[in-house]
Amino acid sequence: MNSARLLGRWVINSILRLGRATVFLMSTLVGVILIMRRFSLIVQQVFAVGVLTVLIIVVSGLFVGMVLGLQGYNTLVDFGAESSLGLVVALSLTRELGPVLTALLFAGRAGSALTAEIGLMKATSQLAGMEMMAVDPIERVMAPRFVAGFVAMPLLAAMFTAIGVLGGFLIGVGLLGVDSGVYWTSMQEGVDVYDDILNGVIKSVAFGFVVTWIAVFEGYDAVPTSEGVSRATTRTVVIASLAVLGLDFILTSLMFSEV
Amino acid sequence: MSRNALELWVGLFVIAGLAALSMLALRVGNLGAVNVTDAYKVTASFGNVGGLNVKAPVTMAGVKIGRVSNIRIDREDYSAVVELSIDRRYNNLPTDTSAAILTSGLLGAQYVGLEPGGEESYLKQGDRIEITQSAVVLEQLIGQMLFSKAQGDG
Amino acid sequence: MSQDEKSNDSLIEIRDVGFSFGDRRIYDGLNMSIPRGKVTAIMGPSGCGKSTLLNFIGGRLRPDHGDVKLNGVSIPSLNRRDLYALRKQMGMMFQSSALLTDLNVFENVAFPIREHTELPDELIKNLVLSKLQMVGLRGARRLMPAELSGGMTRRVALARAIALDPMLVMYDEPFTGLDPISLGVIVKLIHEVNDALNMTSLVVTHDVAEGCSIADYVYLLGNGKVISEGTPEQMSETRSSDVRQFMDGLPDGPVAYHYPARDYKEDLFREWPNE
Repeated sequence: MNSARLLGRWVINSILRLGRATVFLMSTLVGVILIMRRFSLIVQQVFAVGVLTVLIIVVSGLFVGMVLGLQGYNTLVDFGAESSLGLVVALSLTRELGPVLTALLFAGRAGSALTAEIGLMKATSQLAGMEMMAVDPIERVMAPRFVAGFVAMPLLAAMFTAIGVLGGFLIGVGLLGVDSGVYWTSMQEGVDVYDDILNGVIKSVAFGFVVTWIAVFEGYDAVPTSEGVSRATTRTVVIASLAVLGLDFILTSLMFSEV
Repeated sequence: MSRNALELWVGLFVIAGLAALSMLALRVGNLGAVNVTDAYKVTASFGNVGGLNVKAPVTMAGVKIGRVSNIRIDREDYSAVVELSIDRRYNNLPTDTSAAILTSGLLGAQYVGLEPGGEESYLKQGDRIEITQSAVVLEQLIGQMLFSKAQGDG
Repeated sequence: MSQDEKSNDSLIEIRDVGFSFGDRRIYDGLNMSIPRGKVTAIMGPSGCGKSTLLNFIGGRLRPDHGDVKLNGVSIPSLNRRDLYALRKQMGMMFQSSALLTDLNVFENVAFPIREHTELPDELIKNLVLSKLQMVGLRGARRLMPAELSGGMTRRVALARAIALDPMLVMYDEPFTGLDPISLGVIVKLIHEVNDALNMTSLVVTHDVAEGCSIADYVYLLGNGKVISEGTPEQMSETRSSDVRQFMDGLPDGPVAYHYPARDYKEDLFREWPNE
């Protein structure tokens, strides 16, 4: 009986939270339109969520590409198909690993920072202070961060994928002796600009939208205490990661399943 | 950090992202290769296309010159109509060119191979290749072989 | 002073305001008039909802019933745009100061000016420096909020609150957690700002000595109502036990020392897990 009640409370709270998040998204989108005329605010946030995330993205991309090169080679060489190594590396990265891993890293690095920053601004009543100075925090604080996440994510994903392909090249061609020309041509034969690369970019745009939305909302909705902010930060990483993986499944089945 | 430095970093960030995107498009993808938008289309009918897929390559003398852009069934004679998009650079294919569905390797992917004929006039947009050779379906081949063997024995 | 004279000369009118947070009643029939051009202190024990009152005036909360009027304008019935316009005429100093942590002192004070006006940089600089001069922190303009002491933080917050020359400045617990010197500075500043800029000041505090020392008029809140009001002198002469307990800081009185509980002896003799 008690557990049924707990379940009920959880469901009700989740629905309420989803409702708040939706209302929040709507007012943020209105704020985005208004904030566009203040470009420097957005530039500042692109620095915070984009530039500061580049290093982790580049390093991870390089290693993931190198691992793909090793694993792919070892599997393909059994079938005498190591000439397809470039294709295997590029397809895995453009379709899946690039957008998904970037989104997960982005949630961990930039998303958690966004939540913590906004949560702290709330806990130290900076947001209330802005309201009392007749400055709408949704427009002034949330909207530029939202735009920045949305812009930075596809660029970061492209960097991840490009570096990953180079990482695969490094291992496959440099270490394992696949022919350099074969590596690139097998890629160009099999990777389609629209079906694979563009769909990958669309995925990363969608992930950027969702991760930033979750991160900014969790900060705005945080209980304004230090405990509340740390909980909100954790929740951002967990919910954003799950949302990325779930959304990835849905997008993949929509994009790559046609006969 | 000063505002100029910040703007510089963001500018570099955007450039790096766009550079990565264009590398993906040009180097990894096939945007620089056969351009499907600048192509003309011809059709060819086959009795059986086997495992041929849309986007399979179209080759001549082993060189890729286009892609399969569509496969459908002819409503009247129930043959498979394959639409081929061929790069405009190869607009001098004779009208009696023949098309065959071939397999790369024993079990590899199938593709369309073109064999040029000797006519003076060239194939144009919307033309039809008359001489075709269907896919070799391995199961049918084995079936025929067993059948003829059995007949020979009897 | 008769009721009539008072309402003619009051900037803020609070009439029959009721409010509750969930099941907890905060206000029940609250009436107040804040005189124009004076310093008014609102005092009361912690948790009696003094800050909630400031949120009504700032329009961040709406009372369940009753009306809050600023200069004759009913705040709860304003739409968003008019409310934001009205807020430009209010300054507020938060207990936590609420300085923007990623901006330095100068930019914090300049923030409301930059957000609401299109003034050239030169003019903004002059305005900000004059406010900083007033609170004595012109020399600290390049420091970040994290580098300031508690008292300096409050002074910057005060400079920011008056940046747009509002008609009303609200102070939420301005004296809490300050050393005696900083405390003296803040008391002096509240006075100076009120007189020099011809503003109305509203100070919410539980600090009796400082509250009485700066206020022209004092409201004492308790149980969701005004318990007592008057000038500081009148307050110190009141004999009412509610007022005396708060003013003199007595541990027991109308506000009981013990949280409500059943009889002690009875409690001791009960079987333990019995709730």
